[in-house]
Amino acid sequence: MADNSLSAPAPKLSPGLRASLPVLVLLVAGFLAPLVTVAAYAFATPKSFDVFRSFTLQNFASIFDPSNSVWTSFVWALALAFACVAILLVVCYPIAFGLNKVFGKWSGLVSVLFVFPLFVSENVRLYGWVLFFIKNGVLDGALKWLGFSGGPELLYTPGITLFGMVYVYLPFMLFPMTLGIAMIPRDLVDAASDLGAGRFMIWREVELPLAMPGILIGALLTFVLAAGAVAEAKILGGQSVITITQDIEVAFTYAQNWPMGSALALILVLIVSGLALSAMARLDLDKILGKR
Amino acid sequence: MQTVGRTRTHFLIRAWTAFVVLAIYLPIACGALAGLSKGRYFAFPIRIFSTEWWGKTWDSFEIHVLVQNSVLIALIVTVLSVLFAFFGALAFARYPWKGRRAFQRLLLLPIFFPQPVLGLALLLWFNALGISPTWKTAVVAHLVWIVPVVTLVIAIQVFSFDPVLEEAASDLGASRLFTLRTVTLPILWPGIWSGALFAFLLSWGNFPLSLYTAGADSTIPKWLYSKMVAGYTPMVPALGTMSTLTAAALLLGGGLVRFLLRRRAELRAREG
Repeated sequence: MADNSLSAPAPKLSPGLRASLPVLVLLVAGFLAPLVTVAAYAFATPKSFDVFRSFTLQNFASIFDPSNSVWTSFVWALALAFACVAILLVVCYPIAFGLNKVFGKWSGLVSVLFVFPLFVSENVRLYGWVLFFIKNGVLDGALKWLGFSGGPELLYTPGITLFGMVYVYLPFMLFPMTLGIAMIPRDLVDAASDLGAGRFMIWREVELPLAMPGILIGALLTFVLAAGAVAEAKILGGQSVITITQDIEVAFTYAQNWPMGSALALILVLIVSGLALSAMARLDLDKILGKR
Repeated sequence: MQTVGRTRTHFLIRAWTAFVVLAIYLPIACGALAGLSKGRYFAFPIRIFSTEWWGKTWDSFEIHVLVQNSVLIALIVTVLSVLFAFFGALAFARYPWKGRRAFQRLLLLPIFFPQPVLGLALLLWFNALGISPTWKTAVVAHLVWIVPVVTLVIAIQVFSFDPVLEEAASDLGASRLFTLRTVTLPILWPGIWSGALFAFLLSWGNFPLSLYTAGADSTIPKWLYSKMVAGYTPMVPALGTMSTLTAAALLLGGGLVRFLLRRRAELRAREG
């Protein structure tokens, strides 16, 4: 009975809520609280550290000042992210389709091959591309060795920055898309085919709508990650493009202007989370992750 | 006609996948090559191969400290994130409760968030709390991102788990702890193991969070970046390759253990 009296107050919390508590505490202390701090800093006096003690809109005023060119960083970051998503949709769809319908027993191995690069830090992989594209690097050296005049000068351009982003974020598009395509029931495709639908029509009217939740998650995830990318522009792009995250980083480090960095970060977070939340509201995660 | 078309499509899909896989591993191979060439500066085709830079990297005291930091951070992150994520996954997938959908969405937010920005936000937060960043704050930063990932990995296993089994055990008079140990854990082991493997490897390879939240302490990816930006030595690709090979070995070993765990569970199910 002693046991009973101890556990008596517990049933007030449902088992689910109780199980979620450790993660909730972590996310509140390690995710929401930092974001609140950023928001608070965004309204502090420029170039000061008196957070929570001053309130001013000066940081935002100077960001939206037409003479400030920081908006180009936003445009670059969002345009690159948009292009990255568009390219990845095309690159990944055949692979995701193959993982579901073509590779059969090999699809496990193929998946592992695509997962593994996630465990190698992106700067190492991006630096590998520098070694590939650099003068006297693998491409240039191999072409010279074959008697050509050498490789094209691709490094340190906006194009190679985009290439690096496509490369780094590929798994984040591929796996949600694969989960999405796995949600297409085979009989439905067969039924459409029996009723005389052509392949393109089946794809457009049956497969694509059913796979949409997964594709949407992939597109959203890659967009958000790419919009905040910085390593690609620095390592491969040689700062030919300044992305918004780099501006934020500079404000936080060299410039020691934390309120300005926070204001920029806040705008980016609002854009990104607005997108993420609006799309997430329409998704049924239970179904996507395979709840029976 | 349709089968011919299908065979051709399937061939194209296989060829495209093979091409993309090759492209994914090409830079990793370039790094391996650069680490094995003799000269101070990289030039292709490589004239003289040598393990000189591997040896120097292996013997360097500075690198030993980095490896220790990376291993320590990854181990702590693994243990803590599995503990957090095990209960998180039950809340995510097992129990029907009121706040479940909101919890599922909140959990995804750190994954749907640019990591460099998260790292900088954490830096501000630690500063506001008066904590100076060290490897310990890097552990916290890693947890914020890795716990949600591991929770999803374990949740997928929980979804395939029939709660009736737990109820049956408790109807037969088993205590909650006994049920957890003899029913829930054995079924969830493969998911927990995969989650632990993910946690270690994601922490091992993490760069953006460590960059901003580890303070003066360095990890392997952070050190590599500082040398890439200023002061290239062939130790950079050598250490990068060593780190990649370590991750590959862990993934292979971990996959093998997972396979054995699953087989043991199947054997046991057949006997029972």
